[in-house]
Amino acid sequence: MQLTLEFGGGLELLCDSEKIHKVNVDLPNGADSDDFTMTHLLSWVRTNLIKERPEMFMKGDTVRPGVLVLVNDCDWELSGQLDTVIEDKDVVVFISTLHGG
Amino acid sequence: MEAGEAKSKKAGGSRLCCICNQRRPVLKRPKTLQQICRECFYEVFEEEIHQVIVGNRLFKSGERVAIGASGGKDSTVLAYVLSELNRRHNYGLDLFLLSIDEGITGYRDDSLETVKRNEVQYGLPLQIVSYKDLYGWTMDEIVKMIGLKNNCTFCGVFRRQALDRGAALLKVDKLVTGHNADDIAETVLLNILRGDIARLSRCTSITTGEDGPIPRCKPFKYTYEKEIVMYAYFKKLDYFSTECIYSPNAYRGFAREFIKDLERLRPRAILDIIKSGEDFRIATTTKMPEQGTCERCGYISSQKWCKACVLLEGLNRGLPKMGIGRPRGSGNDQKDTKARSTAKSIESKQCGSLEF
Repeated sequence: MQLTLEFGGGLELLCDSEKIHKVNVDLPNGADSDDFTMTHLLSWVRTNLIKERPEMFMKGDTVRPGVLVLVNDCDWELSGQLDTVIEDKDVVVFISTLHGG
Repeated sequence: MEAGEAKSKKAGGSRLCCICNQRRPVLKRPKTLQQICRECFYEVFEEEIHQVIVGNRLFKSGERVAIGASGGKDSTVLAYVLSELNRRHNYGLDLFLLSIDEGITGYRDDSLETVKRNEVQYGLPLQIVSYKDLYGWTMDEIVKMIGLKNNCTFCGVFRRQALDRGAALLKVDKLVTGHNADDIAETVLLNILRGDIARLSRCTSITTGEDGPIPRCKPFKYTYEKEIVMYAYFKKLDYFSTECIYSPNAYRGFAREFIKDLERLRPRAILDIIKSGEDFRIATTTKMPEQGTCERCGYISSQKWCKACVLLEGLNRGLPKMGIGRPRGSGNDQKDTKARSTAKSIESKQCGSLEF
């Protein structure tokens, strides 16, 4: 499935200073497309895109507190956070708020 | 069609914005847990800041106001919202952008480019003052001399005075900074952790330094960082977001992380910490530092010399550890006529704070 992932607020520095990544994510073996959630996507991102300091992006199995997540321009707190189902062509944005103002 | 429905379900589609009851919500407000749409978000975000400005009488018509602008998210949103509100509600303010160039290659030079774009985008005149001009040292040179320990102390102390001096150059009546609710909650905790009672009692004030010539205020005192970043994202505001290459300030970092963890469990915690800070009463038996003025530059100081002068003296004499740790004022008088003459007119606050 094709996804657009966007990193901002300094998180782009963890993935080769590229803000926008158009990626192709394969579903885990035997998984139904309805099963692919933010939990899976986060672990995919951590393995495939984050090149350094993963602790700036994740804490435990979720994003680090202070990192905002939007799925199709909507706060993921409205769609179930880690349980948000991700589909083909979705746009997922990660923005860190943990930098100076 | 199917995909469209699934998507709207995912976005909380069955629910509508709690304010207008018409549009799809895009954001959960940390302050109220309301789910609101983009249009209503812009409206409540701006209106709350307007109410804070009016309710606390932050400005008077005809005043000249400098916005401390780092190019980061908070000051960029502040410059945008303040110029918008100034127009909409006829505040009658003359607004300026004031930036400090600490002399950090690869960080501040880039963020200053953002401020220069903001100058054009918002039509606000920009003043830049540099550490090199004010103190004779850039942060790059300071770090070369002292290494990566305590460098944030130098930078914080120098920045506070630099903002006052820049404000004096612009002849403004007030200086506003982009400190948000998260920053203030973090500072309350830090002051408790450091036992800094004097700062604890004033760090929650929305306006400080009213006894000096240039009061400072924080219109974002009750504004959550999450909403500032969301606002900047939805409005596509141009801001700079790289961490300072000489950071991390570890102690502050811990406090910040702790606040963010609390916010995840209970977003109101941030406002409650601010409330606790506001309501602290300092025992009358607590000895507070006496406010005087620096013998060398005239800036407000509780010691013989202000912190900036002590640090600067250390640098110039090749003893950079001077002034780190317990404050003490000493050393040979070294005339700095430029600093002296400018500083005379800008006495305002005790220096040494890591604010801004």
